[in-house]
Amino acid sequence: MFKIVSKRQLNEAVTLMDIEAPYIAKKARAGQFIIFRIDEYGERIPLTIADTDPEKGTVTIIFQAVGTSTIALAKKNEGDYISDFVGPLGNATEIEGYKNVCVVGGGVGCAIAYPSAKALHNAGAHVDMIAGFRNKDIVILEDEMRAVSDNLYVTTDDGSYGEKGFVTNKLQSLIDAGNKYDLVIAIGPIPMMKFLAEVTRPYGIKTLVSLNPIMIDGTGMCGGCRVTVGGKIRFACVDGPDFDGHEVDFDELMRRNAYYKAQERESASHPCRMLASADEAVKEDK
Amino acid sequence: MANLSLTKTPMPEQDPNIRNRNFDEVALGYTEEMAKEEAARCLNCKNRPCTSGCPVNVRIPDFIAQIVDGNYEEAYKIITSTNCLPAVCGRVCTQETQCESKCVRGAKGESVGIGRLERFVADYHMAHVTEDTPAIEKNGHRVAVIGSGPSGLTCAGDLARLGYEVTIFEAFHKAGGVLVYGIPEFRLPKAIVQREVENLQSLGVEVRTNFVIGKTMTIDEIFEEGYEAVFIGSGAGLPSFMGIEGESLIGVYSANEYLTRVNLMKAYLDNYDTPIRKSHSVAVVGGGNVAMDAARTAKRLGAEHVYIVYRRSEDEMPARAEEVHHAKEEGIEFMCLNNPTRILGGENGEVRSIEVISMELGEPDASGRRRPVAISGSEHEIEVDTVIMSIGTSPNPLIRSTTEGLDATSRGCLVADENMATTRPGVFAGGDAVTGAATVILAMGAGKKAAVSIDKYIKEKNS
Repeated sequence: MFKIVSKRQLNEAVTLMDIEAPYIAKKARAGQFIIFRIDEYGERIPLTIADTDPEKGTVTIIFQAVGTSTIALAKKNEGDYISDFVGPLGNATEIEGYKNVCVVGGGVGCAIAYPSAKALHNAGAHVDMIAGFRNKDIVILEDEMRAVSDNLYVTTDDGSYGEKGFVTNKLQSLIDAGNKYDLVIAIGPIPMMKFLAEVTRPYGIKTLVSLNPIMIDGTGMCGGCRVTVGGKIRFACVDGPDFDGHEVDFDELMRRNAYYKAQERESASHPCRMLASADEAVKEDK
Repeated sequence: MANLSLTKTPMPEQDPNIRNRNFDEVALGYTEEMAKEEAARCLNCKNRPCTSGCPVNVRIPDFIAQIVDGNYEEAYKIITSTNCLPAVCGRVCTQETQCESKCVRGAKGESVGIGRLERFVADYHMAHVTEDTPAIEKNGHRVAVIGSGPSGLTCAGDLARLGYEVTIFEAFHKAGGVLVYGIPEFRLPKAIVQREVENLQSLGVEVRTNFVIGKTMTIDEIFEEGYEAVFIGSGAGLPSFMGIEGESLIGVYSANEYLTRVNLMKAYLDNYDTPIRKSHSVAVVGGGNVAMDAARTAKRLGAEHVYIVYRRSEDEMPARAEEVHHAKEEGIEFMCLNNPTRILGGENGEVRSIEVISMELGEPDASGRRRPVAISGSEHEIEVDTVIMSIGTSPNPLIRSTTEGLDATSRGCLVADENMATTRPGVFAGGDAVTGAATVILAMGAGKKAAVSIDKYIKEKNS
């Protein structure tokens, strides 16, 4: 059993939790993920690690309550336990050797973009961050992101906070303004990552995306998380979760992630996670 | 008085057309009368060919003689003196190629039903005897066992009985390895595996689930924590795909994923959140035991048509004859001498059909089996909405890629000598991690051998 040490609501749908998991806290690097299971009847759900405190032995996760398991998790409180928490899985984001990086987060994807930005910042890179949200009410982690970036640009679709517009537009304008990035990291809804990769493609800027497909074990055993990258089948859990955004077949990934949406709608009447994030992204990128 | 019947005493089974709609065990086991009747077929030969055919050397004629006399608990003690998982082995062991293949009675008629008798003894014990935990004096030495499948459980059990403080590290949330995620409930009830794991825990074995060696902790860190030896029994869990067009369509599973969703994650029970595809027609590609398990599982989940698509003929199928027989009884349709060429999808990205090419058998290949050769121009489509790839698995690279000095073959199998010692001192390995995908009993035999080697290694080191 794993204890929820603290809990904080970041916006109406997004929750931050520190989970007591000393071995994972000691080992985890930016970009890696955990799999949790709420109880005996729950699914195994992957979540990227947002932060760790090796001294306290805690691992921070940030998640949007949109599927059966994340809704149940959001209802848990400080001092409660969940049955399973395993990691750190996957490969860490490569941060060595980059000097000028732009890290882009979309919505709750900022929770995953943040640790990558922090790791790059700590490694001495110049870090620009673009954080995109639908509106002012759902902005998260602004102070944290500001602390680990040289410039933080917040955008909202409706202009209710920061600059009005989409993260793709902002990245384009930063490139147009003469910024020479040697790496762009894009983390958010699949359509957002897809369109961001199209922004950087003409300039040949290396673009990493972090993929979060459906998976069970997270150790290469089920093959459920397979994605097509550069025409080859790769397993996101052991070969990723970061991949070259210019090579990923995003359309296939989107279809595969929608695999169980009908069943999930049946099992509980709640808005589907993938649909919600896809809708959000389409709004961001149309 | 010996029973001279040429055939085994039949074991009652659920009716095929009822069992293919439930997940209860197919074979129901012997009654006492049946067990005694079958036990009386054993001639108690002097040279015991059956025992030499058993990877863990169960003293077969001895335990069978006890059944004849009605001393079931004595029979249990004889079996468990060399085999710590009798209820599992009695169900899933390939007796027909091992002990039973050597049985003298098999020369004319059927061999003695050794597996069925082993199962009877184990089940009788579970139903009638409350386990007394033997008092074992701890020797103060710690051993780590990676993986809680058949090899790990066996190695841990043997070491615990020798007084070692054993910790099993398991990546999943539940112990049992392939016994819980792979083999279906209707062949091996999970309560039996759970009971075996609990028996180990009562011997003092600590089971740490949610622990991925190579990620949560490395083998070097295990040694730093004070463990004196490590046994790697991490199995062969990496699924292979064919590399044909359409394998990423919605509705294509690896057998591993399909079976894990159903067996470990209980997708067939309403009170579990695990989703699984509701299929109408399913093609299972492959001819091994795992393919049979996947096909029979799909049928139980409600598929109307389930096809086994296999590129050789039924004679070459690696699955146990008993599994093939059970599958056919349950209505699985066999399409042998067909090899998939691509999987076709509809506009929604979901599987619509599988295209296969007819094969014929040519000259024998390296495996000694006749090589299947495609008949050009014979491609045809089978309408299915689900495809389950069951064409084999290989060992996971997580451990070997994070451990210095641990050699592996080009196929990813760990290199271990005849005593199960790897190329890294203090690290032993066995089961599928060394051999590639094989059987439960071979893995158990390897775990046993490794326990002996580890005991010797630690004693020598400390002397």
